[in-house]
This record gives sequence, structure tokens and C-alpha cells, in this order.
Amino acid sequence: MSAGTVFGLCAAVAVGLGLYGVITNPQPLRKILAFNLIGSGVFTFFGVVAHRGAAAGFGGDPIPQALVITGIVVAFSATALALALLLRLFQAAGSATLRADAPPSAGSDPAKP
Amino acid sequence: MTPPPTAVLEAITTGAFLLVLSIVVPLAGALLAFAAGGRNLEKVALATLPIGLAIAVAIAFTMPSTGTPLVYLLGGWAPPLGVALRADGLSAVMLVIAALVICAIGVFAHADFHTPTGVAEARAPFSFWILLLGIWGALNTVFVGGDLFTLYVALELLTFAAVPLVCLDGRAETLQAALRYLLFALLGSVLYLVGTALLYGAYGTLDIVLLSQRVHAESATLVAASLMTVGLLAKTALFPLHLWLPPAHAGAPPAGSAVLSALVVKGSFFIVIRLWFDVMPAVPGFAATQLLAGLGAAAILFGSVVALRQERLKLLIAYSTLAQIGYLFLTFPLAFASGQLHSGGALSGGMLQAMSHATAKAAMFMSAGLIYAALGHDRIAGLGGIGRVLPMSILAFALGGVALIGVPPGGAYLAKELLLQAAGETEQWWWAIVIQAGGIFTSAYLVLVLAHVLAPVDKPVTLRAHMLRANVPWYQEALALLLALCSLLLGLVHWDAYLLVPQGTRLSLSILETLSSALWPILVGGVLAILLGRWSDWPPRIPLRGLSEAIVGPIRCSALSAGEALERADSILRQWPAAGLFLLALVILLGAAMLLGR
Repeated sequence: MSAGTVFGLCAAVAVGLGLYGVITNPQPLRKILAFNLIGSGVFTFFGVVAHRGAAAGFGGDPIPQALVITGIVVAFSATALALALLLRLFQAAGSATLRADAPPSAGSDPAKP
Repeated sequence: MTPPPTAVLEAITTGAFLLVLSIVVPLAGALLAFAAGGRNLEKVALATLPIGLAIAVAIAFTMPSTGTPLVYLLGGWAPPLGVALRADGLSAVMLVIAALVICAIGVFAHADFHTPTGVAEARAPFSFWILLLGIWGALNTVFVGGDLFTLYVALELLTFAAVPLVCLDGRAETLQAALRYLLFALLGSVLYLVGTALLYGAYGTLDIVLLSQRVHAESATLVAASLMTVGLLAKTALFPLHLWLPPAHAGAPPAGSAVLSALVVKGSFFIVIRLWFDVMPAVPGFAATQLLAGLGAAAILFGSVVALRQERLKLLIAYSTLAQIGYLFLTFPLAFASGQLHSGGALSGGMLQAMSHATAKAAMFMSAGLIYAALGHDRIAGLGGIGRVLPMSILAFALGGVALIGVPPGGAYLAKELLLQAAGETEQWWWAIVIQAGGIFTSAYLVLVLAHVLAPVDKPVTLRAHMLRANVPWYQEALALLLALCSLLLGLVHWDAYLLVPQGTRLSLSILETLSSALWPILVGGVLAILLGRWSDWPPRIPLRGLSEAIVGPIRCSALSAGEALERADSILRQWPAAGLFLLALVILLGAAMLLGR
């Protein structure tokens, strides 16, 4: 098994685990972490793509690396924004849930338990 | 292995520097506003608006004179090494419409997001102006980006600027709506990113023109196409991936709702168009286009019926956005002929519909915001008599709705004609039915709202205690009216220089035809509104009351229970796990449709 295949499979496993977490886990913080896991898988996949390009005789295709750096910056800012929103939601509602049928009501009436 | 890069004869065209300016000016405005802070921030933002509008108009005027797309190569490097910005006719019209709507929203928001006297800096205005300019810069990048990765960055910028707009008021429920929006949009963007990695791995470039020359239907392309498309659908909130849209669009402040509903969802829709029509017109195949439009038809049905059952005006408009997004996706099968997608009348129709929806929906959200400001609530059942307080806003709302139904000379009318003509040419009569049904449903919720607004009231309207009539500035009402009129007049513009409008699709301005094309959808829509709407004083005060009760009663009963079933199904679909599973299922379905249905 070549290095490309191994890393490709690892990337697929990370994406799969992350997708499972994002879809099934009800807690927003875990969803954010799972999203980062998907991101790591995708970035590894970009590495595999760069490695395949290198097989043509180059030392490595630099463009996927450039794309990955941009992708990491985007994922970092996304995580920061999501965490900031989550913190504000927790401060305003006293709990953090994404369930549509249980809207946080404590925000409008802080006296309620 | 990747084929050797072919030389592209591309050079910077005259006037292409405007494309750079269209991106730089809003973003520089946002940075300057951030640096200025406090009271100067708003002045900087308001000063940026006319400059950006002038640039967009300049691009639109430069294009026809050259006859070719504007191309700018960043740093003088041609793709595949460099990154190109390109503007064709679609980009030009979207740039202008986005600039118009943003400018109108900016002036409209001047009243709501004004830093109060005596305060050095307030959080909501500070965020709003920077976010508005950020959205504008991101949208312009989406419209002129010539590279799939540039489009990815633009899409992310658009999402990051749009999400905080939802929760500017800082209430728990809007924060929750914003978080749902962000997390689901991120899931969509990850799918898009995987698709770009696959395409790069297969073809060694992400430039749209180069890719379109190299791409062919192999497994990597099909997987990439379905991943990217579904990712974009999640950001566009096409049914059944719409869990984030209603609370986000209904919870945002009026100016925020207007920009989210009018423009932000169009950004990702525009990238779907780029992907399917420009990058890989021959790849998707017949079945995939039918699948997309099928989702669109379901969106029209669910969005409209659930809209009719809403108790709050802003939620009704948000669900109507859902239906209108579905309408946009009818473009795909109608543009499909002899094995590939063609940029012809159907595409022009889809873009025209997007533009008229952008202007009309912004107008409707603005007037809903003004109604909320005057009454202190937006319950549809309590709207009686508001017409006397805010006649101009109600007129704007009604005109926006009428424009969306597709009444000449509206842009939506021309769009409907183009789509119907394409349906005739490609012999897909079933989409013609859906197109007509879309117009009828639109008139149904318009009739529902107007019937409540115009209902006779026994007691005078109680305005919010501290909200006197004078607190709704005249220019806010005028702007809503202006945008609605803009949507109604879009059909009169000569689009030939930008969009392919087949000969023979001309607006007929004869009064008889206008009346008939306007009247019958409104009449049928009225019946639907009576059957499906929630009326507090059922049966409504219509003539022949006894007869209507005897005949309409049983029909209404079954219609109501059907509506209730649809609403319950919608609330299940809007659960997070259901939407997530649908996301994955759609990737597989779309991939299978592309593979098998060729």
C-alpha cells in the first residue's frame, strides 16, 4: 500500500467520524469539534492530492499546500466565530442547545429557573 | 495523471481593473470603517455605498462595448499559475442588482443602526455596517471570481459576514438561529472544499475556463460535482436542507433580513450556476437536472403551504423565500437539451427571477420591519387597520408580492415567459405546471396578508406606546416602495447585451393581457388562501355565506389537515439529524443520478 493510499484512507476515516459527530451529536460544542475533525480529514486529503502531483517528477505540488493554508485559516475563523456564538448563547440562555422545538426561553425571562 | 497545461490566450481586457475595484472598494470600506470606529464608522460606510454602485454600473456599461467578458489576471499571471477575475453578462447584471439592493438597504438601515447621541460607540451599528460591507465585498467576489477556490473563499466570507447579522439583537433565540445557520453552512462548505480537492487532483487546475476545457464525465468528476452541488444547496437552503433559513431570516433585524433573503442565498445559487453551466455543462445529465428541479418543486409546495400557515408576518416572508429559492432551480432541466446545459433563454429566466426576487423580497422584508416597528408585533391576525397608518409600506409589500407573482412588466413575468417557452421547446410540460403553481402560491400568501391588512377593524389601531407615526421615517417607506417598483420594472430593461433573451419573448403591454395574466393567478391564489390560511374569523366575510359554508367547509377541512400534515413534515425535516442525513443522501442520489441518468 503506497503512502498516498494510507493517507487517503486516514483522511476518509477522519471525515467519516467527523460527519457522524456533526450529524448525530446534539451538543453544539461537540458539533464544532467534529467539524474540525472533518476539516483535518479534508486537509490531509489535499496533502494526498499534492503527493500524487509529485509523482510526475516534481518534488511535490505546491498549489494544494497553498490551498490547505487558506483552508486552515478559514476553518480557524469558522471555529472562532462558532465558539463566540456558542458562548454568547450560553450566557444569554443559560444552556446551549440547537433543538428547534426547545427554544431557550430563559433569555427573555432570567428569573425563571 | 494531469494533462500538461494548455496555453490560454487570455489577457487583461480594457476596463478590467474595475473588477478589482468592485472587490477592493467594499472591503477597504469595511476596514476603514472598522479603523474609524464610533460615529465616523457610519459615515465611512455610507460614503462607500455610492462609490461601489458607480463601479458596478461602470462594469455593466463597459461590457457591451467590448462584447467579450472582462478578464483581469491578478499580478499578470495567467491561469493555471495565476488567478483570474472574469465578468460576463451574468456577473454584470448581478453586480448591479446587488449594488442597488445594498445601497437601498444601507440608506434604509441609517434609521435603525444610527449610533445614538451621547454614546461613543454602540455594538449593533458597529457590527452592522462592517458586516454589510463585508457581505457586499464577498458577493462581488462570488460574481467575478474566475477560480473555484476563489469562489470557496468568497463563499466563506459571505457566510461569516451573514451569520452575525442574524443575531445583532443578542436575544437567545436569534443566537441559536445564527449558530444553526453557521454550523450547517460549514457542513456545506466542507463538501464544496472536498469537491475542489478532487477536481484539482483530477485536472490540475481550478480555473473555470481551463477546467471546462479539460473536464469530462469520469468518476472523480461526478463525485466532485455532486459534493460541491449539495454543499452549495445547503448554503442556498434548497428544500430539504432549509433547517436554518426560517429562524435566521425571520429573527434578523429588518435590514439584515432583507440582505440575507435578497442577496446572500443568491451568492451560493450563483456558484451552482457557474459550476453547472460554465465548468461542466455536459457532465450532470438529464436525471440530475430533473432531481434538482424536483427538489425545487418540493420547496415551492412546502414553502408556500407552510408560509400560508404562519402566524407571524416575518416567518411568512421567510418561508416564501424558501419557495422562491425552489423556483430558481427549475432553470436546470429547462436549460438542458441534447445532452448538455445551454446558456439560453432558461438561464436568462432563472437569473431574471433571482434579480426580481432580490429586489422584491428586500422590499417586503423592509415593509414587514416597518410594520413591526409601528405595531410592536407582526402577528398576521392583528394587522387590521395598519394600511391607514403605513399606506406606503403596505403598498410596497403588495407591489413586491405582485411583482413576484409575475405580472407584466415585472422581471418575474419575463422570467416566467422565458421559462415557459423553454419548457415548451424542451417538451417538459410538467415543469410548466410547477412554474404556474409557483405564481399561484405566491399570490395565495399575498392575498392572505392583504386580506388581514384590509379587514375592517372595530376599534382604532393601537400603536406601540412610544412608537408614534413620526418614528417611521418617510424615506424608509419610500425605499421599500422604490425596490418593489424596481422589481416591477425589471422586465422593461433591454437585457440583450447581458442575457440571451430569445427573439419573440417580448413584453406585451396590452391592458387586456396584463389583466388576464395578473388576475387568474390572484383569483386561484385567493381560493388557496381561503382554504389553507389561518383565519381568526372563519368563515370569512364573503357574500353567500351559507353557500360557502356548505360547499367550502368540507374542502377547507381536508385542505387544512393536508396543510397541517405538511407543516408537521416540515418541522421533522428541520430537525438537525434529519437534515444532516438528507445532506448525505442527496450527495449519493445526485452522484447516482449523474452516473446512471445520462
